[in-house]
Amino acid sequence: MNWEVVIGLEIHAQLSTQSKLFSGAARSFGAEPNTNTTLVDLGMPGALPVFNKEALRMAVMFGHAVNAEIGMTSVFARKNYFYPDLPKGYQTSQMDHPIVGKGHLDITLEDGTVKRVGITRAHLEEDAGKSLHEDFHGMTGIDLNRSSTPLLEIVSEPDMRSAKEAVAYVKMIHSIITYLGISDGNMAEGNMRCDINISLRPKGQTEYGTRTEIKNVNSFRFIERAIYTEIERQADILEDGGKIVQETRLYDPDKDETRSMRSKEDANDYRYFPCPDLLPIELTQEYVDQIASNLPELPTQKAERFMSEYKLSEYDAGVLSASRAMADYFEEVAKVAGNAKLAANWVMGELSKYLNTEGKDITESPVSATALGELLVRIEDNTINGKTAKSVFQAMWEGEGSADQIIDAKGLKQVTDTGAIESMIQGVLDANPDQVEQFRASDEDKQKKMIGFFMGQVMKASQGKANPGVVTPILNKLLKG
Amino acid sequence: MSLEKQDVIKIAHLARLSLDDSDAEQYQQSLSSVLDLVEQMQSVDTDGVEPLSNPLEAKQRLREDIVTEENRREAFLANAPQTEAGLFLVPKVID
Repeated sequence: MNWEVVIGLEIHAQLSTQSKLFSGAARSFGAEPNTNTTLVDLGMPGALPVFNKEALRMAVMFGHAVNAEIGMTSVFARKNYFYPDLPKGYQTSQMDHPIVGKGHLDITLEDGTVKRVGITRAHLEEDAGKSLHEDFHGMTGIDLNRSSTPLLEIVSEPDMRSAKEAVAYVKMIHSIITYLGISDGNMAEGNMRCDINISLRPKGQTEYGTRTEIKNVNSFRFIERAIYTEIERQADILEDGGKIVQETRLYDPDKDETRSMRSKEDANDYRYFPCPDLLPIELTQEYVDQIASNLPELPTQKAERFMSEYKLSEYDAGVLSASRAMADYFEEVAKVAGNAKLAANWVMGELSKYLNTEGKDITESPVSATALGELLVRIEDNTINGKTAKSVFQAMWEGEGSADQIIDAKGLKQVTDTGAIESMIQGVLDANPDQVEQFRASDEDKQKKMIGFFMGQVMKASQGKANPGVVTPILNKLLKG
Repeated sequence: MSLEKQDVIKIAHLARLSLDDSDAEQYQQSLSSVLDLVEQMQSVDTDGVEPLSNPLEAKQRLREDIVTEENRREAFLANAPQTEAGLFLVPKVID
């Protein structure tokens, strides 16, 4: 049977506010347990939530970025469930009136085609605390630092038809929220998490098959692998005439399999109702419009500008605009170097190679954008050639100083003085009389092949510092005698 | 009665409230009478009326995004029956 895959995604993005969604405690990662908590976060009786203005602004920014309807009146609701890291016994979330309504975004697939993915809604909610199941004499440890951290839950339409499309969508959401500066988007630290809804149906059928939900997948690579694994599992069951059980599953990256989370009966009996502790949020058109007009440049807009302003290829523009940090870095290098194409080549080439080797993010690069730009200036003004520049870059990476300091200290400046080069070439010719004689006796075609030998000898004699542009004409002249 | 005893037991379980048999019967009666009242209200024609999410004629106040609270962990942990390494300890949770 030929199956069609249907995928919808729920992405939880932690908003990068200073304080929490409903309390004045610091939002933090990696702090000592329970040091960033308040009576509100602990769910103490009588403690009342007060809504964070900045979280609201960030949610509206996201709404604009995905062309969505903004909920002019939105309402917080209680999602009731019992778990020790949720001391109130309910999660404050939104149900009927989310802050962000229907919208959409466009993703570019590997073959260059553009696909539109619908956004069903995005709503504000608070995160729960953390349960630590390590051995505390058979008990569970509870850390409530994360409790009441603001989350934006972004729900897509079931519009994706392959693992690749799903990953492209998640990357685009990641790119948008980091461009907007509303989330760090760090999947490893859990501030962007992804739930994958996935089902199969025979090609051509319009109604959806029974879906499963894979919870809390936390890297782009795992999203792709989890989907492949789950497609295979569902297809095997269906091919054998079996039925898919609607359930929540977990992806285990070590075994590369999904497995059922024991489905608690009543698991989905959340008994939502409007939160009586919080009033409806009313927005004015002026407030919403003002956020729209201050929206920063978004990834697709930036890629288009890179193509028109810097004449970059679509591919280069796409790579360089994928993250705001990468785009800002590239633009700074281009500005300092005065040559965007050269800047693009170095950022995507040498710099990315070093970053990948050491598993570093561009924000952790030991070579700043300005420093790289200054190195490229020295290629542009012929102080050094491209090959020397690579060794200078390595020294810069290892913290030996600025490009100019390293070029000076190691004496790497290209020799462009024609007199010095001429005598150096003469020295090479004098040292190789046989080759010179052979060269002069050959026809032009053969000479062209032989000139490489002399060029190599000259570069060797100059320790790579002779400017090839200056050497070539003089070498030709002297060889012809 | 609008509520079965089984419903009461389920609701209590969802909230992790312990309930003995006579409690369940009592709650079944009192909760049912509340629901009967709601049932009566259901007969009002509410076409075109927006559901009310809060009875107060007011809108939500917003708080500036500033950290205003200090670390009061020791005071908070002092309320808990069992703590270790800065954590609240609870009976083992089996998911």
